[in-house]
Amino acid sequence: MPLTKLERSSNYFINAFFIIVCALITVPFLLVIAVSISSEDSLVQYGYRFIPHEISFEAFRIVFKEPSIMLRGYGVTIMITVIGTVIALFLTALTAYPISRRDFRYQRPITFYVFFTMLFNGGLVPFYILMTQYFHLKNTLGALIIPLLLSPYNILIMKGFLDKISMEIIESAKVDGASETRIFLQMILPLSTPALATLGLFISFAYWNDWFTALLFIDNDKYVPLQLLLVRILSQIEFLANSPLAEAADKLQFANFPTLSVRMAMAILAGGPMLVIFPFFQKYFVRGITVGSLKG
Amino acid sequence: MKLGSRIGRWLKREWIYFRKNRELLMLAIPGIVYKLLISYIPMVGLILAFKFFRYDQGIFGSRWVGLDNFKFLFKAQDAQRIIRNTLLYNFTYIILGTAAALLFALLLNEVSGRMVKLYQTTMFLPYFISLVLVGYIAYAFLEHKSGYMNSLLQNLGFAPHKWYFETKPWLFILPLVSIWKGVGFSTLVYYAGILGINSEYYEAARLDGASRPQMMMRITLPLLKPLVIILFILGLGNIFRGDFGLHYFVPNNVGMNFPTTDIIDTYVYRALTKLGDINSAAAVGFLQSVVGLVTIVSANYLVRRLDKESSLF
Repeated sequence: MPLTKLERSSNYFINAFFIIVCALITVPFLLVIAVSISSEDSLVQYGYRFIPHEISFEAFRIVFKEPSIMLRGYGVTIMITVIGTVIALFLTALTAYPISRRDFRYQRPITFYVFFTMLFNGGLVPFYILMTQYFHLKNTLGALIIPLLLSPYNILIMKGFLDKISMEIIESAKVDGASETRIFLQMILPLSTPALATLGLFISFAYWNDWFTALLFIDNDKYVPLQLLLVRILSQIEFLANSPLAEAADKLQFANFPTLSVRMAMAILAGGPMLVIFPFFQKYFVRGITVGSLKG
Repeated sequence: MKLGSRIGRWLKREWIYFRKNRELLMLAIPGIVYKLLISYIPMVGLILAFKFFRYDQGIFGSRWVGLDNFKFLFKAQDAQRIIRNTLLYNFTYIILGTAAALLFALLLNEVSGRMVKLYQTTMFLPYFISLVLVGYIAYAFLEHKSGYMNSLLQNLGFAPHKWYFETKPWLFILPLVSIWKGVGFSTLVYYAGILGINSEYYEAARLDGASRPQMMMRITLPLLKPLVIILFILGLGNIFRGDFGLHYFVPNNVGMNFPTTDIIDTYVYRALTKLGDINSAAAVGFLQSVVGLVTIVSANYLVRRLDKESSLF
């Protein structure tokens, strides 16, 4: 149907609106990038600017010159992201599948059991004590992986997807003598690839970006993930000045250690990879996110 | 005797059901056990709110102290402040966030073709970075000497601000950052809801000569209502729980700003890690959980009385 004149002009208006909104959303990222590639002198003299007064990749050079800090952070983060995502994805599907089956007698009680934790929980203190005093997980990789394994919200998304798989497929497999485990592993999982892709991406972002569990449970340098590294740098400038990075800067015979640009460079290195990956998976999102009702 | 045989029959029936369902139950067991360990056992720990916790005595061995742990709530100015801040900020986030996301989703629905994807992707970007990074971005804008905001202000002829040492600006900065970070996701949720609306409604309306604004007001909005209400109820359930990351990293945990930035969660974290005051922290955590449950159940009750279809459970 052709657009009327009014509709066309309102279309221009709406597009202009979104272009402004998108610009406002992108601009902060640009500032961080601009600061990271500005020379320290120009930052001190002119302040942070969107267009660098003098371009310099010194900050990145310093970070890469003494890569041990970043590399260890990357190592921990990649490890928890990969291990965590695989286990979490499997566990989420495993839990969502039975409660998506309408013929499962315990469907309602288990659904309630899982979603009640969204409404009520023990709070931070008992959780902290449980993890540290009873499970002895302080300063372990487990402390970074275990708390994020199974979120009711992810189960909700997965269940919403599984609800659409027709019962007849399952029935026919049962008639052929397949066990429930086999149906789940060989039919349900392959059929759920789009949902698993969406959820996998969400879960891996959750692991990649997680700082809270690290903030609570990690004070050993060995298991500091990227985000916690950033927390430490953000809260104390001295951390940078006393770190191997500063020594690297000395080796490069810098009078002043460029804290301003190095900060932003590290922020980009920590957050960048996920932002680059994300647009490629974006097409799954609209299909994947269906906030279904909790009833059922 | 009669009762005994009835219980016997019931047990027998349940046993048959159990055998029929046990395979599916087995599949659910790992999730059930996990939730038991991670979510349900800490609920038992809520009794800590009424105990004086000592590490060497454990949760159960520690001494009962009744409501002593809650005392600071009635004495300290802190308590009033953090409760007020938490509630007001959360209301602001819920209302502004919902309004912005609804507006964006409705407008996005009016845009045709390729551009939708571009807008979505762009708006989604901030959702995928951690709040620590958001803290860095805020720092790039607000730092006193070199931050962009101050050079902008000075260029426009205004006086620069020491943002991290002033209380008032945070009342605006925090909601702004919250929307910046979250609007893409909420918009997508509502947009997906709009796409899920049966297109027959629109075709019928078009035949009747409805304009696009009319369709928006008469079809899209009413059909989105249940989704809006469900998300609103869920939001209310967290009214007593603040966004720790937002209030910790964006104001950079500067003590001077606590009057306008401190919320229950940042307070509990400090009480737990810096002050070592586990007992007050446990009491506050107890209140958070109980108030959350009460608000969500009563909000749901109200909604169900007004409109059964929109209620959460």
